[in-house]
Amino acid sequence: MSTALMHTGTHEKKPVLTKKKLLPYWLLAPGIVWLFIFFLVPIYQLISTSTQTQGYGIGTYVQTYRFANFIDAITSSRAQLFRSFEYAFLATSFALIISYPLAYAVAFKSGRWKNTLLVLIVAPFFCSFLLRTVAWEQILGEQGVVIKTLRFLHIMGAQGHLTATPFAVVAGLTYNFLPFMTLPLYASLERIDIRMMEASGDLYANAFTTFRRVTVPLSMPGVVAGTLLTFIPAAGDYINAELLGNPGTKMIGNVIEARYLAIVDYPGAAALSLILMVTIMILVMAYVKRAGTEELV
Amino acid sequence: MVDASSSAHGDLILKNLTKSFGEFIAVDDLDLVIPEGSFFALLGPSGCGKTTTLRMVAGLEEPTSGTIFIGKSEITYEKPYKRPVNTVFQNYALFPHLSIYENIAFGLRRRGVKNVDDQVQKALDLVELTHLASRKPNQLSGGQQQRIALARAIVNRPALLLLDEPLGALDLKLRRAMQIELKWIQTEVGITFVHVTHDQEEAMTMADTIAVMNEGKIEQMGSPADLYDNPRTSFVANFLGQSNLIKGSILDASGNSAVVDIFGTKIGLPVDRNHAHDSSVLVGIRPEKIRIAPVGTQMNGNILEGGVISDASYIGVSTQYQVEMPWGQELMVFEQNDDGTPPLSKGDPVILSWSPIFTFGLAGDQDVNAGSEAHPEIE
Amino acid sequence: MKQASRWFSRNLIRIYAFLGFAYLFLPIIYTIAFSFNNSTKSNLVWVGFTWNNWLNPCGAPDVCNALGNSLKIGVLATFFATLLGTMMAFAMGRYAFKGRSVVNILIFLPMATPEIVMGASLLTMFISFGFNPGFWTIVIAHVMFCISFVVVTVKARIASLDPRLEQAAMDLYADERETFRRVTFPLVAPGIAAAALLAFSLSFDDFIITNFNSGSVNTFPKFVYISAQRGLPPQANVIGSSMFLIALVIVLLGQFVGRKRAGVR
Repeated sequence: MSTALMHTGTHEKKPVLTKKKLLPYWLLAPGIVWLFIFFLVPIYQLISTSTQTQGYGIGTYVQTYRFANFIDAITSSRAQLFRSFEYAFLATSFALIISYPLAYAVAFKSGRWKNTLLVLIVAPFFCSFLLRTVAWEQILGEQGVVIKTLRFLHIMGAQGHLTATPFAVVAGLTYNFLPFMTLPLYASLERIDIRMMEASGDLYANAFTTFRRVTVPLSMPGVVAGTLLTFIPAAGDYINAELLGNPGTKMIGNVIEARYLAIVDYPGAAALSLILMVTIMILVMAYVKRAGTEELV
Repeated sequence: MVDASSSAHGDLILKNLTKSFGEFIAVDDLDLVIPEGSFFALLGPSGCGKTTTLRMVAGLEEPTSGTIFIGKSEITYEKPYKRPVNTVFQNYALFPHLSIYENIAFGLRRRGVKNVDDQVQKALDLVELTHLASRKPNQLSGGQQQRIALARAIVNRPALLLLDEPLGALDLKLRRAMQIELKWIQTEVGITFVHVTHDQEEAMTMADTIAVMNEGKIEQMGSPADLYDNPRTSFVANFLGQSNLIKGSILDASGNSAVVDIFGTKIGLPVDRNHAHDSSVLVGIRPEKIRIAPVGTQMNGNILEGGVISDASYIGVSTQYQVEMPWGQELMVFEQNDDGTPPLSKGDPVILSWSPIFTFGLAGDQDVNAGSEAHPEIE
Repeated sequence: MKQASRWFSRNLIRIYAFLGFAYLFLPIIYTIAFSFNNSTKSNLVWVGFTWNNWLNPCGAPDVCNALGNSLKIGVLATFFATLLGTMMAFAMGRYAFKGRSVVNILIFLPMATPEIVMGASLLTMFISFGFNPGFWTIVIAHVMFCISFVVVTVKARIASLDPRLEQAAMDLYADERETFRRVTFPLVAPGIAAAALLAFSLSFDDFIITNFNSGSVNTFPKFVYISAQRGLPPQANVIGSSMFLIALVIVLLGQFVGRKRAGVR
């Protein structure tokens, strides 16, 4: 017989809850500290650096609160900045067009192959991002099969090429971030009760109307999540522009990378990074507000 | 280690038990004694506080005030794993990653029992599912899962077994079969069962004692027959089965049978079945206790004249009538189809009668419809 | 003719899906095929079939050094990110506490920030504090951007857990520790495993943040990026292909084990 059960009075008060109340904070603490030191502090450093100016000697900078750095940055890289958002927008649109039917097919038409197909959608992820980009470079490149076929068929002249074009950069971006689009789309489509579509058919909607009035609105959370997950990394990417583009297809990421690692213009690079980050935040917030979905995570 | 089998025994005693969630008082100053070895049902509509009461007994919810005892030991703030109490959860809560055998052995192993095999086998035998020991829970049907949940709790020989809407997820036929089986198992093992349900039929079939709960309080407690035949509040009268409640006033209560005036007619009401505190009374009579006959038929007992049938539905074993009375109220009458006379039809003028001993009287200041809307099939 | 067009319209979505998958897998197939190419230098043109690259994956200079670094960084970053992220996920998924929305934003922000901004800002900080970028700065950076993904993945698993299972364990004489060990953890484990796998693949595949914070330390993606300028050795294809196949096997095994555990036959 456990003595703990033998309390007969009310002397045992309610358990003190302080220990329990602090537990979530203990669990959160290490992760928060990590994110604070290695995410928030660096962002603060970035903000602080963005208004510094060249000191004595290369790579040394002093804080002068020179906000004109931002104007300089925009003036000198306006073309790349706009191009980044243009390419990211195009890549996101293409990814949506390609992914939606794919996710729809896996969610509703795949039967017992569903899980296998889902693995196949994620599988390209497992091969290195850079290797895949290099592979595209070679498939579409001067020595590749595609261009030789096109030239042989006289669809393309001897001067025509596929790599080192805006088309190749957008195609690369589209390809590389496709799983980010497909997975959230699949997740939200898969949750739709198929009876709702049947009910719509029962209520005199044809297949297209059902799709437009029922399926698409119900999959909106997936569309929002997928477009964000594609647009954000695409806007900041520079690998596709580097490997698949030409000097005329440089994106803002290329400029930031060059200023940081080659030219060593930290304030200029920091200012550009902040401009990119803030622009993305504003676009995302406006977009999320319009789409009317608050739950992002 | 807790040794549930030999620990506290005795009645479950709740004293002034209260639980509030912010402004909402779920359980309101509850006093209750559940005798050891009984099959006890807490019956009430959803939100009446019955599940909260159960969870406080199980230790899954902490009371705002009040105490809980099993026999002489207080368990009010004891951790759930230190109580000699086990629960059959709604939807069973079987561990999906463990086999049926390991599910049943779980409690024994936690209590440090060395050789669990014997007891697990016995528990499996009791619910007749020995052949499923190595399966996983989601390979079992709803009825089988229900029995495993029961075996998993009973194997620990607790002082008290709590059942939270245990049959809610089963279909009607299976539910009937399980009601009989549960009752049998309870007699077999002799553990106190506390059963929470919103289904009055389920409670009446199984329980020795039923407590009807409403808005955090117990309306009435007693045997199923007692509650049905002699309800004390309009809520109980309407929640357990159906009742006709007619406003009246007591003219004379000096004899064994009080004389009550209802809209000009005098009827008899046994004094010991009258629960009104003054002359204002709700006269109650169950629909199946009323006889119905065409006008002019000779009848005795309490008689109400001037009714007209407003609706008649034939449902096989009986015919259910709605009779509109001269004062505008509709009374329900259920008549067994056992005497070969053709059913009456809509528009027929009728005369109603019943034996005075079935009449019950409730306090006249209550809501006539209390409890009658509270019959949701799904909670 | 009419029948053919009806077949076409009925199977349109399937044809489309097939083309979609072909598009997804074309570069993978290309990568695997060219890992067998008997080329000595650039590996741009098909020369002939050989097993040599697979028998000698470290044949190209520095490729295995880079791979080793990537694996070490991947394991370390996965361990710490999974640990910290899982703890956070339990706090978020199991407890009510003040400041929840602030924590939510902090977790969400790294996922909404372009990699180049995170890479650049971390480098700025390391430089201003006089840190030399190298192996450990890469690990630190990888843990940072993996945490959020771990939290989201594990939290989803915890949210799908029926709280009654833990209550049932407590009811069956398991104290808080035993309940966690016997019920909560085994049921959340698949989510943690998935999160770890995700963290490892994010870390192993990362180039942008790594490139900013690696100094002279080489990683596999960095190796590919640098070699791509003058022609990738086929050994890189061998390593990429093996990583792809290993990950595929792990995921398929995970699915199989998951099904067995759930008892689906």
